[in-house]
Amino acid sequence: MTNSLNVAPAMVVETPTKRAPSALLRGLFQNPAATIGATLLVLIILVAVLAPYLGTLDPTAIDPASRNALPGSVSTLDNGVGGERSYTHWMGTDSLGRDIYSRVLYGGRVSLIVGLSVATLSLGFGLLIGLVAGYVRWVDAVVMRIMDGLMAIPSILLAIALVSLSSAGLGNVVVAITIPEIPRVVRLVRAIVLSARQEPYVEAAISVGTRTPMILFRHILPNTIAPLIVQGTYVFGSAILLEAILSFLGAGTPPEHPTWGNIIADGRALFRIYPHTLLFPGIFLALTVLGVNLLGDQLRDTLDPRLAKRI
Amino acid sequence: MLDVTTNPESKAQRAQQDEPILTIEGLSVALPRGADRPFAVENLDLEIHRKETVCIVGESGSGKSVTAHTVMGLIGATQLKPVAGRIMFDGADLLQMPPDRLRALRCVGLSMIFQEPMTALNPIMTCGAQIDEVLRWHTDLNATARHVAIVRMLEEVNLPDPERIMAAIPQQLSGGQRQRVLIAMALILHPALLIADEPTTALDVTTQAQILRLLKNIQQNRGMGMLFITHDFGVVADIADHVIVMQHGRVVEAGRAEDVLLRPQHAYTQALIRAVPNPKPKSRVERQDAPVVLATSDLGKTYATRPLFGAPRKITAMHGVSLEVRRGETLGIIGESGSGKTTFARSVSRLIEPSSGAIMFEGTNIGSLNGEALRPYRRQIQIVFQDPYRSLNPRRKIGDSIVEGPVNYGIGRVEAIDRARQLMTFVSLNPEALDRYPHQFSGGQRQRICIARALAMEPTLLIADEAVSALDVSVQAQVLELLNRVRREFDLAMLFITHDLRVAAQVCDRVAVMSKGEVVECDSAQAIFQRPQHAYTRSLLDAIPARHWTFGEM
Repeated sequence: MTNSLNVAPAMVVETPTKRAPSALLRGLFQNPAATIGATLLVLIILVAVLAPYLGTLDPTAIDPASRNALPGSVSTLDNGVGGERSYTHWMGTDSLGRDIYSRVLYGGRVSLIVGLSVATLSLGFGLLIGLVAGYVRWVDAVVMRIMDGLMAIPSILLAIALVSLSSAGLGNVVVAITIPEIPRVVRLVRAIVLSARQEPYVEAAISVGTRTPMILFRHILPNTIAPLIVQGTYVFGSAILLEAILSFLGAGTPPEHPTWGNIIADGRALFRIYPHTLLFPGIFLALTVLGVNLLGDQLRDTLDPRLAKRI
Repeated sequence: MLDVTTNPESKAQRAQQDEPILTIEGLSVALPRGADRPFAVENLDLEIHRKETVCIVGESGSGKSVTAHTVMGLIGATQLKPVAGRIMFDGADLLQMPPDRLRALRCVGLSMIFQEPMTALNPIMTCGAQIDEVLRWHTDLNATARHVAIVRMLEEVNLPDPERIMAAIPQQLSGGQRQRVLIAMALILHPALLIADEPTTALDVTTQAQILRLLKNIQQNRGMGMLFITHDFGVVADIADHVIVMQHGRVVEAGRAEDVLLRPQHAYTQALIRAVPNPKPKSRVERQDAPVVLATSDLGKTYATRPLFGAPRKITAMHGVSLEVRRGETLGIIGESGSGKTTFARSVSRLIEPSSGAIMFEGTNIGSLNGEALRPYRRQIQIVFQDPYRSLNPRRKIGDSIVEGPVNYGIGRVEAIDRARQLMTFVSLNPEALDRYPHQFSGGQRQRICIARALAMEPTLLIADEAVSALDVSVQAQVLELLNRVRREFDLAMLFITHDLRVAAQVCDRVAVMSKGEVVECDSAQAIFQRPQHAYTRSLLDAIPARHWTFGEM
C-alpha cells in the first residue's frame, strides 16, 4: 500500500451548499400557496391585534334598540360626551344588539391566543415526553400506552370532559385542547428519535463519552425541529377549530367572551332568518385555518427532504 | 437481431453474424444546470456483440450507471437528458423510440438487473407473481404455460424448489436468491442484451462468485450480449471481454479486457488498477512480546424477543468468541453478512451489552460495566464506522465533532482545538477546514475526519468497522494507508472488521474468520491466506474475484 495515488486530491474542500435560512424562505415563497397562506395569516393577526383601532365598538356592549340588524345598517350611538353619532354595523348585529364586526375582530384575539398557546404547549410537552420515550426504553413502554389511551378518545369528547372537570375559563380551555394534541406530537417526536438514535453519529457520540442528556439535546433534538414546525402549524389550525367547536357546544370559553365559536353559537338559534350572525365569524375561522394549512403544507414540502424533488 | 431482408446489400448480410447487438455512438447525457459538470456522460461509444460482455468500470460519479439507465430508457423521470448521439438496438435508435415501443422492447429485447435485489423487487408480491407479470404483459400465454415457463426459468438460475420460491415474498429469500429471482425475471423472455448494474455489489463474496458464474453460463448458452457495470476490477477480470474505463463521464480507456487490465495505457486506469489491494498478505513481524490490550473469552450475544402472545424467540448473533489483540497489532475479522463480526465490534466498543462471556480490556472486564463505571474505558476504545455520510452529525462543524470527546473528559476547549488542528494535518486535511460542515467534504475526507475524531481520544484500541467498504477503490487505498500510519505512529491495537478479503490481506497481522456467529479459524494473515485450514475459509478465499490477479503489484 505504498503507492502514491493521486486520483483524488486529499484536500478538496468544496464550496458550501448549505441552505441558508434566507434561501429557505425564498424557496418557500416561490410557491403561491405559501404566499397566500402567509398573507392571510398576517392579515388576520394584524386585524386581531389592531382591533381597538379599526373602528370597533365594545364587543360586549348590548344595544336593545338595534337587535338583529342586517349588515350595513346604521344606528345612532352615544358619543360619550353627551352628543350622538351614527355608526354603520358592517356585519350587522346579533340578537342582543352587539356589533358583530367588533365581536369578530376581538374574537380573533381569543382564537389566535388559543391557537398559539396550544401549539406552543403541546409542542413543548410533546417534545419533552417524546425525546425521553424515544431514548429510554422502559419509559417508552409506559408512556406510549398512556398516549395510546389518550388517542383512543376522540379529542372533542376528551376536551369537553376536561373542561367540565374544571371551571370554564380561557386557561382551562387551552389546557383541555392541549392534552388531546400532545399524544400526536409525542408520537412524531418519538418516531424521529427512534430513527435518529440509530445514526452512526449518535453511536460515535456515545463512544466518545457524551452523556445521555447531552446526546439528546445536541445530536437528536435538532432532527425534530423541522417536522415540529410543520406539526405546529397543524396543531395551531386544529386548536382554533376545536376552541370554536367547544364554544359552539357551550363547553368552551364563557359566553360573554367574544370568540368565533361563541358568536356562531349565539347566532345558531336565528340563523335561518339572520344568517349573517354565523357567516362572518365563519368566514374568518375558515380563512385562518386555510391560511395556516396552506403555510404548513408548503413548509413541510420545503423542510422535508424526502418529499423535496430530487435532482 | 437485425432484419437483413430490409437491407439488400450483401455486405450487410455477410456482416450479420458480426453485427453488434447494441451500438452506442457519441452519447452525451446532460446534467441539470448547477451540477458540478455539464455532462453525466460525454461522447461515449460502445459496441456489444453476441456472447460478449462489455464492462463499464469507474468510481462513483463516473457516469457508468447513467449510461446503463439511458440505454434502458430509465432516465425519463430524472433531470438527466440525452442531448447527443444514438443508441442503436435491432436497427432502431432507442433514444428516438416512443415510450410504448420502448416498453414493449424491455424484457423482450433488452433487460436489466440492479444492484440491490431487495429494492428492485416488490416486497408485498410473491416472486412468482412478479415474474408472471412480465409474461402477462409481453406474451399471450395462458396461466399453465406461464407457470411452466417460470418453473423452467427458476431452474435455469439454479434455484432449488422453484414452487416454493414462487410462493415466497422477497423478504423470505436470501440476497443471492433474490438476485437469482431478478435474473430469472430479466431473462425469461430471452432478451438479446442484459444490462447488469453492479448486480453483485450488495452480495457476499461467495454469493457473488456464484452469481457471476451463473450469468456467464446463461450468457454462453443463450448467446446473449451483456453490458456489465461495476466498480470492482476483480469482477472485471473475471467476467469482461471488453472493458471501458470511465472517469467524470468520459471514457478514458477502452479495449480488450487483457489489454486494459495488464497493459493499461491511461494514467487513471493505471492508478485504479494499482489501488486494488493485493490478496497476498505481506509477511509481518509477530509481536508476541507486546502487552495484550483486549482479550475476549466466550463472548456471546443473544437477542430474545418476548411477544405478548406466542413463544419467545431467541436469535444467537454471536457465540463463544475468544480473541485477543496486542498493542501495535491489527486483528482482522472477516466474514460474510450475518457472521457476527459487527456484533463483536459493537460489543467490544460497548454500544451493545454482550449476553455472555467477558471482555477483558487491559485486565478489567468491561463487558459487565455500565454508566459511570464504563466511562473511563469508553475513551480508550474508539470506533470508525462504515458509512462516512452518516457518522458525522450533519448539523455540527467538524471541529465541534472532533473536540466533543476530549471536552467530555475535561480537556479545555482551546487545547482540544489545538490538538484537533494537529490531527487534521495528520490525516492530510487542512486544519483551517475545522469550521466547515460535513457535507462540504467527500466520503474519503469524512472518513479521515472520523479517524481524527477517534484519535483525539488517544485510544488504546481502534475499531474500524467496515471503515473503507463504502469508499471508491482509489480513496480506499488512501484511507488504508492512513490507517496503517495511525497504527505505526500511535502504537495502538486495531480491530479491523471487513468483508473484503483483499483489504484484510493488506492491513491485518492476524485474521479471525467468522461464520454464523462463531470464529472458525484464527491465525496469522499469511497462514490464513496461504494455508487455510477450515473449509469455510477456503470457500471464502476461492470466491475472491480474480484471486490470482495481483493488481497491486503492477
